[in-house]
Amino acid sequence: MEIPVMVGAGLVVIGVGLGIGRIGGSAMDAIARQPESYGKIQTAMLIAAALIEGIGFAALFAVS
Amino acid sequence: MEKLLEDFSLGLFVWQTVLFVGLLFLLKKYAWGPILSAVNEREAGIKDALNLAEKAKMEMENLQADNQKLLKEARAEREAMLKEARELKSSMIESAKTEAKEEANKLVANAQAAIETEKKAAIADLKSVVAELSISIAETVVREELSDKSKQEKLVESMLKDATLN
Amino acid sequence: MQRKLSLKASLLFIFLIPFMSMAGGDTPKTDKKSEIKAYIQHHLQDSYDFSLFSYTTEDGSHKYVGAPLPVILWDNGLVVFASSKFHHGETVAEVDGNFYKLYHNKIYKTDALGTINYDDHQHPTNLKPLDLSITKGVVMILITALLMFFLFRGLARSYAQNKGIATGTGRFFEPIVLYIRDDIAIPNIGQKKHMRYMPFLLTVFFFVWFLNIFGLTPLGVNVTGNIAVTTALAIMTFLITNFTGTKDYWKHIFDPLGDSMPWYGKVPLYIILIPIEVLGVFIKPFSLLIRLYANMQAGHIVLMSLIGLMFIFKSWLGSPLSFGLAFAISLIEILVALLQAYIFTMLSALYFGFASEEHDHHDEAHAH
Repeated sequence: MEIPVMVGAGLVVIGVGLGIGRIGGSAMDAIARQPESYGKIQTAMLIAAALIEGIGFAALFAVS
Repeated sequence: MEKLLEDFSLGLFVWQTVLFVGLLFLLKKYAWGPILSAVNEREAGIKDALNLAEKAKMEMENLQADNQKLLKEARAEREAMLKEARELKSSMIESAKTEAKEEANKLVANAQAAIETEKKAAIADLKSVVAELSISIAETVVREELSDKSKQEKLVESMLKDATLN
Repeated sequence: MQRKLSLKASLLFIFLIPFMSMAGGDTPKTDKKSEIKAYIQHHLQDSYDFSLFSYTTEDGSHKYVGAPLPVILWDNGLVVFASSKFHHGETVAEVDGNFYKLYHNKIYKTDALGTINYDDHQHPTNLKPLDLSITKGVVMILITALLMFFLFRGLARSYAQNKGIATGTGRFFEPIVLYIRDDIAIPNIGQKKHMRYMPFLLTVFFFVWFLNIFGLTPLGVNVTGNIAVTTALAIMTFLITNFTGTKDYWKHIFDPLGDSMPWYGKVPLYIILIPIEVLGVFIKPFSLLIRLYANMQAGHIVLMSLIGLMFIFKSWLGSPLSFGLAFAISLIEILVALLQAYIFTMLSALYFGFASEEHDHHDEAHAH
């Protein structure tokens, strides 16, 4: 496999990591602010994280 | 991507589809259907029971309110009866008192009247006795006096004088 | 918890068995690396026989402990034989004058000597017969299906027998069924239509979860980490989504702007919008299948690599460290097994919700 492709995949994964990190962090903030809506926030967080995660996997498999 | 396509096994795909669809329909018929309906039934039962309990509670409350009302009424009635009795008592006492007073007054009046008549009778008696006495005295005096003519006249004179004074 | 831990420990121990045989020899370090790599690759793939572990005997031959499975091929007629004929890829299987060889875990039709011809890209050019074999994965799917059937039919029966109250294992599974109904199906699909989708959601959740958990047991299967399986599941979600799609669902795809704009304004926008919406219809199930596949595959790779590291380090510091890491990752994988089943179900329910939604037409133009 060519090195640039792998680097590209790595960059995508970094982006995905940052994105999921932000989602998680924001969800934590939201839960801290409104602990009573914990369930709803968690669900929304998981969906958003799952959608972004999909892109990461797509990148990984594009190079594999 | 190439590796993914290479890894794709048609046989496994076909088996997975067939087995999964079979499982889906079997479970739908023998498991999920009965489970979900049983759960729904149970939940409906719980809901009904809760509604019933709520209703019973309401009824109980109504009953209690009724009881309260009855109690209040009874109390008021008792109060009224007591008041009435008290009034009756006081009125009875009052009437008894007035009656007694009247009776007493009447008695007193009767007694006074009796005394008055007795007194009058006594006075009349006394008067007659006195008159008799005085007549007898006068008789004796007159008998004595009439022995002497001058004296008789003098006496008549004075008597006449007295009589006018009377 | 105690039991779970001991289960994990035994799982790790059994994973170690194949490596122990390797640790015995004085093979060079690079060999061991490639051997571990090959072993992991082998584990990730489906196999034609149900072998629990293998070891090398003193005379250098491999011994496998397990059972052969039936191979079913369509090669101008049905061909059925036991996978033991392949001898784990070491020999050519002969059936009625045809020769088949297992090469890189795929069956090729060869001559009597098992010659594989290659093209320029090192891909075999031999004929591949249609392969409908009962593989290890199929067996696991079958076992899971049977387990689920008896488990949940038992739960359904316990309601009838016990006046609507679950008994036994049903006590554990009933709250999960209710969770899927109350927290996945109803919020996403709606009270009115959720019952239509409940059987699929429940089946897919428990199916994926059980297979994920089986992937962590010493059985060493990797069913949900196989792209064919996840593809089949995602295609099912795709078909259900589009076959139950309401008028509003299709309108949202082909006429997303509605009456908010005159037709001459919509045409240039729709040249871009409609392809994106149509692409979205296919991307949704595709992301589902890739997500589940990649998560399970990645989990297995990480776990097995960490176990393999123990034998590469072979030091007082490195091996316990990688053991601890492998242990921690195993615990995380138990969570991931549940999480991925949950996400698959959740997203399926979300897509069903999009498909079965009926908008109030007056609000729709503003809502989107």
